[in-house]
Amino acid sequence: MTPAPARRTVLAAGGGLALGAAVAGGTVALTRDGDATAPVADSGAAVPFHGAHQAGIATPVQDRLHFAAFDVTTDDREKLVRLLKEWTRAAERMTAGREVGEGAYGGLPEAPPDDTGEALGLKPSRLTLTLGFGPSLFDGRFGLKDRRPGDLVELPRFPGDNLDPARSGGDLCVQACADDPQVAVHAIRNLARIGFGTVAVRWSQLGFGKTSSTTPDAQTPRNLFGFKDGTRNIAGTDAAALDRHVWVGPKDATGGGAWMAGGSYLVARRIRMNVETWDRTPLAEQEDIFGRDKKEGAPVGKAGEHDEPFLKAMKPDAHVRLAHPDANGGATLLRRGYSFTDGTDGLGRLDAGLFFLAYQKDVRAGFVRVQTALAKSDALNEYIQHVGSAVFAVPPGVRDADDWWGRGLFS
Amino acid sequence: MRAVRTTAVTALAGAAVLAAVTGCTAKSDAKGDADGITVTAKDDSCEVSKKEFPAGHVTLNVENRGSKVTEVYVLYPDDRIVTERENIGPGTKAALTAEIKAGSYAIVCKPGMTGAGIRQTVTLTGGASAPKRSAEMDAAVAAYRQYVQAQADETLPKVKVFTDAVRAGDLEAAKKAYAASRIGWERTEPVAESFGDIDPKVDVREDGLEEGQDPAKDWTGWHRLEKALWQDKKITTREKQLADLLDKDLADWVKRVGKAEITPTSMANGAKELLDEVATGKVTGEEERYSHTDLVDFKANVEGAQKSFELLKPVAAKNDAALVAELDKQFAALNTLLDRYRADKTGYDFTSYDKVGKAQRKELSDGVNALAEPLSKLAAAVVK
Repeated sequence: MTPAPARRTVLAAGGGLALGAAVAGGTVALTRDGDATAPVADSGAAVPFHGAHQAGIATPVQDRLHFAAFDVTTDDREKLVRLLKEWTRAAERMTAGREVGEGAYGGLPEAPPDDTGEALGLKPSRLTLTLGFGPSLFDGRFGLKDRRPGDLVELPRFPGDNLDPARSGGDLCVQACADDPQVAVHAIRNLARIGFGTVAVRWSQLGFGKTSSTTPDAQTPRNLFGFKDGTRNIAGTDAAALDRHVWVGPKDATGGGAWMAGGSYLVARRIRMNVETWDRTPLAEQEDIFGRDKKEGAPVGKAGEHDEPFLKAMKPDAHVRLAHPDANGGATLLRRGYSFTDGTDGLGRLDAGLFFLAYQKDVRAGFVRVQTALAKSDALNEYIQHVGSAVFAVPPGVRDADDWWGRGLFS
Repeated sequence: MRAVRTTAVTALAGAAVLAAVTGCTAKSDAKGDADGITVTAKDDSCEVSKKEFPAGHVTLNVENRGSKVTEVYVLYPDDRIVTERENIGPGTKAALTAEIKAGSYAIVCKPGMTGAGIRQTVTLTGGASAPKRSAEMDAAVAAYRQYVQAQADETLPKVKVFTDAVRAGDLEAAKKAYAASRIGWERTEPVAESFGDIDPKVDVREDGLEEGQDPAKDWTGWHRLEKALWQDKKITTREKQLADLLDKDLADWVKRVGKAEITPTSMANGAKELLDEVATGKVTGEEERYSHTDLVDFKANVEGAQKSFELLKPVAAKNDAALVAELDKQFAALNTLLDRYRADKTGYDFTSYDKVGKAQRKELSDGVNALAEPLSKLAAAVVK
């Protein structure tokens, strides 16, 4: 939690310079923590890998993301199962801050080391690795047709979507979240390496600056438009809300999809933001579009960001008004999106936006319901475009050292 | 060493920094005591702790006590590089490991990484302690050496067809003979490149020239002619001179190739390097950017890698049967994929790479990764 207050201070001060200072402060702390007497900061600690649910969903959102979608390139079911077991063992080690396999050095000099080595000396950094299965995995190649959960639906085409197939879909996904970007990238890189010949990376996305919080007392972080969004996010500690909206219960998982009990459904959307035109938009219009003020993030007519919004006070096409659970029959998502920028787009425009990640027990009642309303009339649509899309069934947690990702599906 | 590190990790509850340092220290101490070969590099000296030691797997523990970044080489008497380590910072340690036969060698430190360096002569003693190689391994090396020589020998006449066409000013005939003239070279590239001076003469691309080199004067070899034929679309006196030069440089290669240093591990890692060539230059279409004959090179690289693998297979299969089975499968899969781009499976008439779409290139790249990753483990399976 150490970086969080620093970040809040920064946001209050409201300066880019201050943000730089916070980053530098983090570096200093890291170096000092190399000393055995220094306490291990929360941001450096390890998140337990085993449990009833996969880590990386209700876990307090880490600062950085590397998300990768994979195509399975073999049609050999056994080989895929072997990979999932190997991935599980590697994930257990990496989330504990350890090296993959025999490590990064000290092995045969004639052979490449098992671990790529760039995370040597770094702390576990709250790394979580979360695996999901895409609808295309159930197309019959692996005899899984009958195991496809009825709730694993393809998303409908929403008006305004401009989806790039090369940034959409995937048979498998791995979400790597960590407080240190190098730790997250190391994890995906090593899993991809283990996977060569069985899976191939289809697309991947780096994220920074988490745009949502799953910690109840924390302020909602800002997106690249400078606004707080999703203040009504589900808290990772609210077990009742998680059961109601996020975790697939035993009763929800029926028939061939019984293996999904304890799992969740993930929607990933790459949302490009036209930041240059946004930045030329008058403040009042920006605030009207979101339905909040820019400084506090308070809903129209209110003082604090967590104040209950009075939706009718907002313009009919305001983002908050349309996205709010009250406007969508109570539809609530657990969001853990990240800002991204992949440099510029060749026209000098920032290739930036929001990599939206949302977990829910029912995609139709969750994301589809909300996005249908937003795609139709959200005032924000003038400044954003959905350019990538994927949906995944995220199985329950790996219980112990004998269990593996997807055992319920493949057994 | 593993035990030390594991204990450290447990005790410190994931303080990986310390664990790594502990592991590292323990390792270098142990090595230093056991093998006892240390190289102490300073700004004005290069001290080797022993001037005579047994041949075989040799580890040099280098410590840079100077003020400049240094590099350390082990050289054959004729200055061919056995092994090297660059960028050893002041106050840091590094290790060089190589399989070295009995004989006389030079150990060279280069403070500041420039100039001739500071040289020490060492003798590796041998016979009994030279790398023990089974008859199987010797046979594999001998067969591979033969293969390399045959590839070089067969290349010369094919190159002559190409250079003759250039000399005759026959643009179309030269274009037709271009890709075929490169196949033998591409199949044996790691060996060809081990003679550091030939590769830059015959196979360099324009962007591979060094600062200060003039493309008009200093750019020679296949790709210079490729540009003349496909982009400039003309053959002048200069191209005819370059054709003569290509003949001459490759004749030199053919003479020297038999003397190349080849070991089972260099064969194995050479196979992997051929796939690296594919992954970095061919899959991207950079290598043959004017002629778009990348798939011909691609196929030749794969064939050369497969030859090494086939020859090492009897040794590797004993140590890691699963790896060999995987490699068999992945070679077959990549060859099947490549076959899609040629109508005649016995010929080298491949689809022009500019006609290969983005999704197809991704598929080829995935195929290369699927083969190259297990192939990188072949050397370990050979020496295990």
